[in-house]
Amino acid sequence: MADIRNNFVGIKSPNPFWLASAPPTDKAYNVERAFKAGWGGVVWKTLGEEGPPVVNVNGPRYGAIWGADRRLLGLNNIELITDRDLYTNLREMKEVKKNWPDRAVIASIMVPCEEQAWKAILPLVEETEVDGIELNFGCPHGMSERGMGSAVGQVPEYIEMVVRWCKQYTRMPVITKLTPNITDIRKPARAAKAGGTDAVSLINTINSIVSVDLDSFSPNPSVGGKGSHGGYCGPAVKPIALNMVAEIARDRETYGLPISGIGGITTWRDAAEFLALGAGNVQVCTAAMTYGFKIVQEMITGLSDWMDEKGHRTLDDVICRAVPNVTDWQYLNLNYIAKAHIDQDACIKCGRCHIACEDTSHQAITSMVDGVRHFEVMEEECVGCNLCVNVCPVENCITMEALPAGELDRRTGKVVDPTYANWTQHPNNPMARQAAE
Amino acid sequence: MERLGNGPKAGIEAGRLTAADYQANFADLHPRLDRHEALVESDRCYFCYDAPCMTACPTSIDIPLFIRQISTGNPLGSAKTIFDQNILGGMCARVCPTETLCEQACVRNTAEDKPVEIGKLQRYATDIAMEQGRQFYSRKAPTGKTVAVVGAGPAGLAAAHRLAMHGHSVTILEAREKAGGLNEYGIATYKAVDDFAAREVDYVTAIGGIEIVNGQALGRDFSLSDLTAKYDAVFLGMGLAGVNGLGIEGESLTGVEDAVDFIAALRQAKDKSVLPIGRRVVVLGGGMTAIDAAIQSKLLGAEEVTICYRRGKDNMNASPYEQDLATANGVIIRHWLAPKSIIGKDGPNGAHVAGIEVEYTAIRDGKLIGTGETGVIAADQIFKAIGQTFSASGLGALQFEKGKIVVDGEGRTSIEGVWAGGDCIGSGEDLTVSAVAQGRDAAESIARALAAAAQPATAVA
Repeated sequence: MADIRNNFVGIKSPNPFWLASAPPTDKAYNVERAFKAGWGGVVWKTLGEEGPPVVNVNGPRYGAIWGADRRLLGLNNIELITDRDLYTNLREMKEVKKNWPDRAVIASIMVPCEEQAWKAILPLVEETEVDGIELNFGCPHGMSERGMGSAVGQVPEYIEMVVRWCKQYTRMPVITKLTPNITDIRKPARAAKAGGTDAVSLINTINSIVSVDLDSFSPNPSVGGKGSHGGYCGPAVKPIALNMVAEIARDRETYGLPISGIGGITTWRDAAEFLALGAGNVQVCTAAMTYGFKIVQEMITGLSDWMDEKGHRTLDDVICRAVPNVTDWQYLNLNYIAKAHIDQDACIKCGRCHIACEDTSHQAITSMVDGVRHFEVMEEECVGCNLCVNVCPVENCITMEALPAGELDRRTGKVVDPTYANWTQHPNNPMARQAAE
Repeated sequence: MERLGNGPKAGIEAGRLTAADYQANFADLHPRLDRHEALVESDRCYFCYDAPCMTACPTSIDIPLFIRQISTGNPLGSAKTIFDQNILGGMCARVCPTETLCEQACVRNTAEDKPVEIGKLQRYATDIAMEQGRQFYSRKAPTGKTVAVVGAGPAGLAAAHRLAMHGHSVTILEAREKAGGLNEYGIATYKAVDDFAAREVDYVTAIGGIEIVNGQALGRDFSLSDLTAKYDAVFLGMGLAGVNGLGIEGESLTGVEDAVDFIAALRQAKDKSVLPIGRRVVVLGGGMTAIDAAIQSKLLGAEEVTICYRRGKDNMNASPYEQDLATANGVIIRHWLAPKSIIGKDGPNGAHVAGIEVEYTAIRDGKLIGTGETGVIAADQIFKAIGQTFSASGLGALQFEKGKIVVDGEGRTSIEGVWAGGDCIGSGEDLTVSAVAQGRDAAESIARALAAAAQPATAVA
């Protein structure tokens, strides 16, 4: 039986599945339910500074996009940080942590970018005996207009400064939550590391307008006919998050910096992918908001069963396993040649591979052979682009088969070269240099 | 439970059921999908390339496109896609044997043995458009040309609509008192509730330029030569007026009826409780008419309904779906039984049916033969559903083959200026949707011919 206990910067939890700082972790009621359902930890919904509570809109806060059968693919929100009194939150956090000592409870914090503000709140949080803090430098809406959230996360110097204050004024582990609304995620990660952060967590939500009401011409969610950009999350953002996690995991400067992976994690499989790309654990929000807390049971058993099947004993056997395989395009092997292959027994003859290839790619798939509807790859035209695989509705019906070395590539008329050769060595590359002798 | 109505009373009786039973039994077989159901189902369509469903549709409706239009919240655009090819798309959505046409071709059958429910989606879109009274087509400027259409059934209506689009003036001559043909008189009641056939006729003719004259029968009230003399073109879209007989003893006994008459009477009856039905009913035949008659006998309260078909299950013209529908409704389907004689019994109102003697059949040397072994099935009522024939007079020198009108690929008959389509032609498939396709295509051929005739001779190089 695989051991999926998690130790993230010294914070222990029975599994690597935490709930991200968001509506599901707004109060003791929800968090208790989450722990009962099996979640390994929670990042409590972001606390603001002492004073009159934050005010939310009283209209819709969420918008969404859907796939087939109205499956929620992307969620967008304009909700702000907790709108409950600071001391109510602190009291509940303390109580919950006391009741659930084996689960991780992290306090998310967002206060103005002033030393005094951070210095004031940190002892209050420390007193609750929660396991650590997460600095919310990510929320892209509302609070950012007031100089907080992503307004901080978009300026590496601010990140470094605030992290430094936090490390100075608390003994608690500091996790710095990053915004994806920047051009190069490595810059804020490096800044957080320079400030002494214990870990980064990412991604927070992405700036987005989720849809427009075509009757009222208001963006959604529409608050009395007007809309504001919100933060986008859910399955749709997973690829963006995976890339950003990998970029930090493989960056020379941040290599080894613990990462809590966030972004569209919906199944155990998503979680395993984040772990493989360098996340030490994962945080989930939209999936819980879509299906309820019970989904963690699928995640726990799925991850554990997969690890058993593959012989991975602990999470450390999985974490970072894919990182060495993430490289730059220029280092991809140009002598690797693959061709699509259609399993005729699995083919349902929808023809989508044909029309995708015919209309938009390389005219490499038949539609009719000897007067019969038949879809087959013409190897002499196939560049191995994988589009047919992606549009085929039947899993594993179309596969990419690598041509073995020595075999003829019927498209180029050349024999497959067994050696590794990338763009840096390619004759068409004006920058290619002969290796030094 | 209290038993209401006449129940299993012997003989042929009306009012066997309660009012509520009649209402439930003859309600819509498949109520229209609601918006949510339509969206879920439309999501299942793969939008295939050169979609097999489209090829399988006799009217070549662009099925992937109309389903995609439903899925994007554009049911009216979807309806137009359907009507572009099939102006009777509403009825076809109800009566097409989709399980042997578009839905049989659906690639989802290969994927998971469950096709996209194309028929139900088609009904969803067409119902919305028709309920809103949305007309997608307008008449071109009148050409001054006149076309006579004989028969206001699916072929005639489809031809008339397409001719009207081209600006021609159409007169439909219909023998019966209502238009619609088999849609009005020949479809099981639960497949086209709420006067759908009549509403569809109104929807189709709303384009204008179409006049329907009822009570005008070919051969009785006019002849083909009358029409060719008076109109610029003629389209013959008659159905099959003749009914095959059994040619066995006892056929004229009270209680032996043609299934098509029974079905027509059912459709026309506002109050089903006045329709008498036998306690024990035998239906002879293996096609859709037999199934429709048998199921509706059961729904009228017959205690025992048996279909006797002289060949095997696979030979039945009724689709497997229809056969299952019959058995689900409690109809017993017996194969390899041929009628031998009808047994009568004297009663207060003269001799009437008491049963039917059947002979077991078999295939020997490729031929259907009676085995000599016989049996008797008790029956109060027997419906004959052993096929219909084309019987018409007044067609002059029109060429026939195997009792049907000979036409070419465009629907042209042997007489110049006369086209034909639907059940009366040789290639008729006994399907509403095929009749629509033939009517539509013949109309296009007529329009081309009329346009060519209107060109000055010099224009023809």
